[in-house]
Amino acid sequence: MATRLIVNQRMQDVDAAPDTPLLYILSNNLELQGPRFGCGLAQCGSCSVLLDGVEIRSCVTPLSAVAGKSVTTLEGLPALYAQQKKLASAPELHPLQQAVIDEQALQCGYCYNGQIIKGAELLSKNPQPSVEQIRTAMNGHLCRCGTYPRMIKAIQRASRAIAGGGR
Amino acid sequence: MSSDFPATTFPRRDFLKAGGALLVGLTFAPRADAQQPPGGAIAGPFTPDPEQLDTWIAIHADNTATIFSASINRGGPRIRLAAADARQALLARASQQLGAPVERLTVSRGVVSVAGSPGQSVTYGALIGDRRFDVPYTGKAPVKDYRNHTIVGASVPRNDIPAKASGKYVYMQHVRVPGMLHGRVVRPRGQGAYGDGARVLSLDAGSIRDIPGARVVRRRDFVGVVASEEWDAVRAAQRLRVTWDQPASLPETPAALFERMRAAKTIDSVVMDRGGVDAAFASARHVVSHRFDSPYQIHAGFGPNCAIADVKTDSAVVMCSTQGPYATRAKIADVLEMPEGNITVRYYEGSGTFGRSCYDDVAQAAAVMSQETGAPVRVQFMRWDEHGWDNFGPAHTADVKIAADANGKLVAYQYHGWQHTWSVTDTTAQLAAGRPASEGQDGRAQSLTPTNTGEMYALPNWRIVNHRVPGLQGYFKGAPLRSPLDLAIAFGAEQVIDELAYLANMDPYVFRRQNMNGDRWLAVLNAAAEAAKWSPRKAAANLSKARVVKGRGIAVGTHLSSYGAAVAEIEVDRDTGVIVAKRMYGAIEAGQIVNPGFVENQITGMLVQAASRMLKEEVTFSRTNVTSVDWVSYPILRCSEAPEVFPVVVKRQDQPSTGVGEECIAAAAAAIANAFFDATGVRLREQPMTPPRVVAALRRA
Ligand code: FES
Ligand code: FES
Repeated sequence: MATRLIVNQRMQDVDAAPDTPLLYILSNNLELQGPRFGCGLAQCGSCSVLLDGVEIRSCVTPLSAVAGKSVTTLEGLPALYAQQKKLASAPELHPLQQAVIDEQALQCGYCYNGQIIKGAELLSKNPQPSVEQIRTAMNGHLCRCGTYPRMIKAIQRASRAIAGGGR
Repeated sequence: MSSDFPATTFPRRDFLKAGGALLVGLTFAPRADAQQPPGGAIAGPFTPDPEQLDTWIAIHADNTATIFSASINRGGPRIRLAAADARQALLARASQQLGAPVERLTVSRGVVSVAGSPGQSVTYGALIGDRRFDVPYTGKAPVKDYRNHTIVGASVPRNDIPAKASGKYVYMQHVRVPGMLHGRVVRPRGQGAYGDGARVLSLDAGSIRDIPGARVVRRRDFVGVVASEEWDAVRAAQRLRVTWDQPASLPETPAALFERMRAAKTIDSVVMDRGGVDAAFASARHVVSHRFDSPYQIHAGFGPNCAIADVKTDSAVVMCSTQGPYATRAKIADVLEMPEGNITVRYYEGSGTFGRSCYDDVAQAAAVMSQETGAPVRVQFMRWDEHGWDNFGPAHTADVKIAADANGKLVAYQYHGWQHTWSVTDTTAQLAAGRPASEGQDGRAQSLTPTNTGEMYALPNWRIVNHRVPGLQGYFKGAPLRSPLDLAIAFGAEQVIDELAYLANMDPYVFRRQNMNGDRWLAVLNAAAEAAKWSPRKAAANLSKARVVKGRGIAVGTHLSSYGAAVAEIEVDRDTGVIVAKRMYGAIEAGQIVNPGFVENQITGMLVQAASRMLKEEVTFSRTNVTSVDWVSYPILRCSEAPEVFPVVVKRQDQPSTGVGEECIAAAAAAIANAFFDATGVRLREQPMTPPRVVAALRRA
């Protein structure tokens, strides 16, 4: 039996065992490249997506738990941002994606799916976070390359961009 | 560089398909390279060995270029000479086409123009057109003076970041091929001793009968499962019941590990014996001597290794994230029992690997499973495979003794270090092909060298003794982990230097300054101190009874080349034993800097990783197996614990480029250890400096 969910604002009917973790559905069935396997244990944040705007770990979230709900992956962030900000059209990049580029924040970049998803969630709830609030919010997202200092700067930069009404 | 080309066959055919190309390439035998002087050119006309070409530049008809080189440090000088040859050839063509002598031509951004006649110009790409021509490598064409560089030495943004930030980048873990099965390996949760491997006592294939489509793949003691749905493979691997023979060969405790190493029948070599060390110690004013222990640590790439293999009867294609496609190909050939020439290895980027993590193991595993099933197989290591079966950075124990005279001048330095070398046999080869465990020889980065053991100081009397521990019985697999051994060496040696400064009543920076070995070491030390606005005072001069105390430390260190120095500012909670690195300053001098922005990013990562390794990382184990198998049992530094960082790039554009990816870690780690003394007046001689160790040390004091 197919499970119906919304991924990046598009309806999807997925034919898979209901206990399949969402991550495998996104990577294999829907061929998305944002969420990616890191631990499968909800420990690292590599697989993070937004479920109705809230960050979750897709590696431990069964398909059945997201039936009828709306999933946003890294690829869908610009459109989600447009929706949140009531913009006429989606920008090419979410302000945090742009800030990550401008700060040259990442190294291998593998963890940046999760960093950007979590950072975007933070900015949607608190557009002007303090450094301490950023550190607390991002604490569940590991980075083996050690880019935390630049990731914090990228979130601050995105925060300024959002406040300036820019992208 | 392009990440999607068959690494074992020379990619020129692909370029040709896309149009013309001018090509200059260089070959060097991988093994001979270590002996070659930096920048050593290869004599004679260029005759490429298509199987071994590892440095090349190709200019395409659309005026873009593809460049591949071993690294800036090794391939850089070669690629520069090759580019000079290419430029000369292109200018000769342009001269013909534009009807102007070469002396009147100027080049900017790949466009050749006639000086004073702006309308007359032609692009490199147009000069090549849709033909292909190879330029013989001479290594003699004039290279640009470094003072005229406009791009080298400037920060140029990376071109991979936009795709990575937007989710368009294809990591190895995203690659899929038609008809592919998903595979998982089945192993004990956490490796045992390297020499023991893992032996299957019994396997109950019926235990996964209720998972449709999943089946067992077995060759000798290699066990895996495959399924067309990934989740089925994951579940089957977890559910499959296998009983393993796991001998209790590991030491009882981490402390017992170091005793075992010291008691082993080691192969000893005197790496350095300058002057009269013993006499100098006998007459020195200040002598400090201590033992230091450093644990096994894990590469722990953020995305566990992944590979896809498609093995046919007499050929194979393997995609993986190797650091060395040729070496990987040989390893795959070994398990497939197929000639190397029939195997193609394709590189796809994975997450940062920090040295030889288990990418060869996963590639071999995919190859074996594909050969067994006759279908392409994608093997994704689970987190516990990656952590538990990594080739760890080897443990190290040391006796360090250093002395200074009454003026704080170093007079003698002696370092005895114990460690085993790196493993040669990957787990899949061991389990599937029955290859015996074997290990590497002493050599750079596998054992002590003067470069990381004392060379930063002017030492009249200097002795280094390497005690090579035989690593096959009762130890783990080992491999280079970013800045191999250096962090452990600096943890000991730089603390002893600091203690001498203290005994000599001197500030630790001032003490080092008067003992550095030459201007380049001095310059990098000064750069770190200046960045930190270091004001001289004796260490531990501001001890406080407060619960949270602050300290600062300074240290130097390197890897195989380059110069590194760092300052750390930390806080110690004396009740909980928690150390937080608040601010870290790291300086690197690596000769000519090509892209300072990259180097700053590298230093940023090194400072954070050094704090992580010094404060948290340690492989734990029971008598039978490793127990560090995920991020909970092997914690690393988190965002809330990350220091503020201040990277400093010391430019020496007149000097050859050396490495920048590893050379600051040792100094940064040792600076944290020294800061702990400044904060508490107590020394820690075992790392990582975890809360239980800190609390115990403070209680003892
Ligand atoms: S992969 Fe889901 S949290 Fe690590
Ligand atoms: S950038 Fe490599 S793990 Fe974060």
